[in-house]
Amino acid sequence: MAHLLLRQREIPDISELDIYKKNDGFAAFKNAVTKMSPAQVTDVVKNSGLRGRGGAGFPTGMKWAFIDNKNWPHYVVANADESEPGTFKDREIMEGNPFQFLEGLAIASYAVGANVAYVYLRGEFWQLAAFLDEKIAEMEAAGLLGDKLFGGEYSLRIHTHLGAGAYICGEETALLESLEGKRGQPRVRPPFPPAFGLYGKPTVINNVETFANVPLILLKGADWYKSMGTADSAGVKVFSLSGRVRKPGNYELPFGTTFRDLIYTHGGGVQDSRSVKAIMAAGASSSLILVDNDKVLDTPMDYASVRALGADLGSASVIVIDDTVSMDWLVNKTVHFFRHESCGKCTPCREGTYWMSTIIERIHGGEGTTGDVDLLLNVAKQMQGKCLCALGEFSTMAVVSGIERFPQDFRKAVTPAPPLYAMQNAEGADAERV
Amino acid sequence: MLLEKYPEEVKQILSKYPPEGKRSAVMPLLYLAQREEGYLTKSAMQDVAKIVGITETDVAALVGFYTLFHDKKDGKYRMQVCTDLPCALRGADKFLEELCGNLGIKVGETTEDGFITVEAVTCLAGCDKAPMFQTQGPDGIKYHENMTVDRTLELISVLRKSGREVK
Ligand SMILES: Cc1cc2nc3c(=O)[nH]c(=O)nc-3n(C[C@H](O)[C@H](O)[C@H](O)COP(=O)(O)O)c2cc1C
Ligand code: SF4
Ligand code: FES
Repeated sequence: MAHLLLRQREIPDISELDIYKKNDGFAAFKNAVTKMSPAQVTDVVKNSGLRGRGGAGFPTGMKWAFIDNKNWPHYVVANADESEPGTFKDREIMEGNPFQFLEGLAIASYAVGANVAYVYLRGEFWQLAAFLDEKIAEMEAAGLLGDKLFGGEYSLRIHTHLGAGAYICGEETALLESLEGKRGQPRVRPPFPPAFGLYGKPTVINNVETFANVPLILLKGADWYKSMGTADSAGVKVFSLSGRVRKPGNYELPFGTTFRDLIYTHGGGVQDSRSVKAIMAAGASSSLILVDNDKVLDTPMDYASVRALGADLGSASVIVIDDTVSMDWLVNKTVHFFRHESCGKCTPCREGTYWMSTIIERIHGGEGTTGDVDLLLNVAKQMQGKCLCALGEFSTMAVVSGIERFPQDFRKAVTPAPPLYAMQNAEGADAERV
Repeated sequence: MLLEKYPEEVKQILSKYPPEGKRSAVMPLLYLAQREEGYLTKSAMQDVAKIVGITETDVAALVGFYTLFHDKKDGKYRMQVCTDLPCALRGADKFLEELCGNLGIKVGETTEDGFITVEAVTCLAGCDKAPMFQTQGPDGIKYHENMTVDRTLELISVLRKSGREVK
């Protein structure tokens, strides 16, 4: 099937305005502004079953309908922070098919009555922001952005805004703080952005890939979109495949494609023909999926099926881990990431990620004891449910699932606890080993 | 002074935000102020604070929070190598070690001539093209992907000769 999002794979010059226009570009935006009411646009998106691609999978049309129409002005913000380890899809969408993303952003802005939209890009996307600025200028020159579009009353301007290196700014309320020129620390919710967002005004925030789906949904209809994917996860998804595979990269496939298809048919299989030991389906924030039988690889990648494996599909950033990798090494990597990225606003996350990194470093460095493994698991579980935002929770995922699903990797890495310690911790699971 | 030096840029940045959102200009202005020296001097931070109408302490807190702002002089170019999990699964740690060995420095250090600082950083959204790094320098931030140590050393010698990034 031809690509719907990564259309540059078939139409290499689709990043040029005239080529994009020749391929139905901006027909949906023009039709929406000239022939549809904002509510009608939102309804089509609602009926399509489109869910947010930034990780949480929240129904997009429903989010747009939450916008508070008693408080003005409204804003729309594109989340182009893309910082989850293993995620690199938004970048390829914006680089290769920028107008489709911008058109989706424009349609969303019309649907919620916003006259200004921002694209918040991670600071590292400096070159990409300059490229988008050019594309936005071309749209302005072509009368696709600006005042009184298509001879009507609707006006829209789009601006890019660069972050400056902080994973937490991908969290939507931290992003808003950052966009307001403050430190990127999450807000206490509720209120949620559709009621209290940028500058305290009603704001819709969606992921880049979410927006990129919108023009085609409006052109071809909700039923067409729903005919792809699965009942709970409609449409297509860009899967970022990384780790120990032969052909890492972005693969646009319908929801419900199996892990096996992605890894073997598209990704060329595992490097050195090793076997898959574990999968992280949502980047470094994932629980580790234990791959100990063929059935696991045959799991369809949709939100519900991956959840049934005790994990999450999230942003569909599939990291493949083969049998050469020991999980104490892996958890050391993920915990260090989260310790570095914790914004420090709440104690459980700030202290918890610090302690987890100290303990896993000891374990991975060969200086840990079996008591340390219990302690690490304990710290992680203590954090769960107590953090202000999901980052704190994310930091515990690989720790808990790693220790519970791959206990032998941690046992191998440590020496037994000295007897005194074990006695003091007689409740501990490993006490009887001494 | 930022305003005198880059009047057009400052105006253009401020025009992106509504009057009640003037503070939003602070990060774009910090990038502008950091452009020439590669780090933010105290007086540059004062300048930025004045333009957006916040305190110097507020600006310093931002500089401390965000990893792409720097308050001390390091190498002219920062080479920021990603060693996060997906890249590490594709040899990033070894790449970094060999690169540092070749340059005769440790991670976080600067070469004797003050030209290159090598740092290890978290995911840069180029995980399928490891080993990879970004350079942060006077020409902005650029990505270098599917790299080898040899090609990296070549890039450094080109940079040393030309004084700028060619691509
Ligand atoms: C720590 C953290 C990091 C996140 N990073 C991103 C990100 O880089 N990009 C993104 O689109 N969403 C990210 N999210 C999710 C956003 O908070 C938000 O749910 C999303 O942008 C909404 O868009 P969607 O409904 O289109 O998915 C992150 C969430 C958390 C808790
Ligand atoms: S959970 Fe962590 S990242 Fe989130 S607000 Fe608390 S300290 Fe900050
Ligand atoms: S892990 Fe290195 S770029 Fe993503």
